[in-house]
Amino acid sequence: MSSYEARFRVWRGDIEGGGLKDFEVEVNDGEVVLDIVHRLQATQAPDLAVRWNCKAGKCGSCSAEINGRPRLLCMTRMSVFDREETITVTPLRAFPVIRDLVTDVGFNYRKAWEIPAFVPPEGVGPGEYRMFQEDVDRSQEFRKCIECFLCQDTCHVVRDHEENKTAFAGPRFLMRVAELDMHPLDAAEESGLDRGRTAQDEHGLGYCNITKCCTEVCPEGIKITDNALIPLKERAVDRKYDPLVWLGSKIRRRSS
Amino acid sequence: MATGTEPSPTDHRPPSGVRGAGRAAIAAPHLRTDRWWLAPAATAAGLLAFIVYSTWRAFANADYYAAPYVSPFFSPCLAENCQSMRSGPNWELFGGWWGLSPAILILIFPLGFRLTCYYYRKAYYRGFWASPPACAVAEPHRKYTGETRFPLILQNIHRYFFYAAILVAGILTYDTVLAFRDEHYAWGHMGLGTLVFLVNIALIWAYTISCHSCRHIVGGQLKHFSRHPVRYRAWRFVGKLNAHHMLLAWVSLVSVSLADFYVYLVASGVFDDPRFF
Repeated sequence: MSSYEARFRVWRGDIEGGGLKDFEVEVNDGEVVLDIVHRLQATQAPDLAVRWNCKAGKCGSCSAEINGRPRLLCMTRMSVFDREETITVTPLRAFPVIRDLVTDVGFNYRKAWEIPAFVPPEGVGPGEYRMFQEDVDRSQEFRKCIECFLCQDTCHVVRDHEENKTAFAGPRFLMRVAELDMHPLDAAEESGLDRGRTAQDEHGLGYCNITKCCTEVCPEGIKITDNALIPLKERAVDRKYDPLVWLGSKIRRRSS
Repeated sequence: MATGTEPSPTDHRPPSGVRGAGRAAIAAPHLRTDRWWLAPAATAAGLLAFIVYSTWRAFANADYYAAPYVSPFFSPCLAENCQSMRSGPNWELFGGWWGLSPAILILIFPLGFRLTCYYYRKAYYRGFWASPPACAVAEPHRKYTGETRFPLILQNIHRYFFYAAILVAGILTYDTVLAFRDEHYAWGHMGLGTLVFLVNIALIWAYTISCHSCRHIVGGQLKHFSRHPVRYRAWRFVGKLNAHHMLLAWVSLVSVSLADFYVYLVASGVFDDPRFF
């Protein structure tokens, strides 16, 4: 096993201020950035705050920015960097910092709360749900989300414009709207809730300019833009901007 | 250009975005160490090259027909001032009052299709408007309303341009069939131009069909695929193409320019179309 000394710059501080601190730290074969952050805690900075849990890319806790790119600390191998390179680790820059690498991601939970939940179909009890695989494929892709919030962090709509946080749900929660709107048993429409329309009117879908950063950073490889956001935009067009679709739905409703 | 997001020394406005209150105190607008500027710069250069070339060709209004080939920039030709093309796409819908290049009348539709295309939107928002220039690179704008207001709310009419693009692709297919004639309009011949047209029309169709609006219309709008097996298969097919939408957008842009340039070279007498049979 070979090892070397890597140069790290880690942001230390809190809401009052802070800065990048330099470290030299041992790196061994097969390690990931989170291992190095833990070594820093063990050897040089015992009070370094970092949020982590599973070390397997499934809990979504250790989101941070490595060399300016939103990534999971536990899924970023040290072998992808040059040994001479200085590796910069900062907290997520779209959210308020709490301390060191830990940010307050409460914005996301508030947005999650604003999305109306799955509406159970009438007359079908628990345990009686039956669906065809081809009908749930689309929603199941979105269920892979581990809620690391890297997509929320990288989305320039809120990252660069704090004032948009009120109006814009962000890619993760627009994807949640898409997941429910494509769910074969969701009875929102029957209950008077038009998810396609609310995506535009209440969750700020129009702010998305589909520059695909959310897709680029997703550690689960979910095609957020192509499979959730753009289909949702097309559904909003059906409801709001396409008179032919509107006319067709009126005629169908009248004849049924 | 997409680079240069550092604040100017005369900018005295309070910091916002990633440098705003509450965020980790980092002065740099981004900490990326890779060549993040390369992709938007290359995109902007490629799109600019096409804009310059197509503007020159459209306004030049010459050398767009060399029997049996008609430039895709001028097809269908909708004004009276069009060159007469035997059995070609001459439809004088605009009569004699139109004095400008007839290319302008038709280019609006494919250009509108590409301008509102979900891939090209990403390309020019990043490349020309730096919104954002690259992922996690701070954009230079103080305010952002995205596609919620005029004029960008008009991006929602993409599907209408898609319908128009289908018609245009149909006419270009007709032109490609006509390319199986020789310069004396006799059928059953093929030249290098025919091959250029065949490749171009295949790429134009692939790009058009791979459109996100097409994917939605053929099946994406459905809630239950299991009740519509034919549309489900169509949706899956379009989805496979759609995964290559960016590639198809670029290669079809190049191919349509090359097809036009080929006609220009033959029509202006630079060389004769090599005939295969």
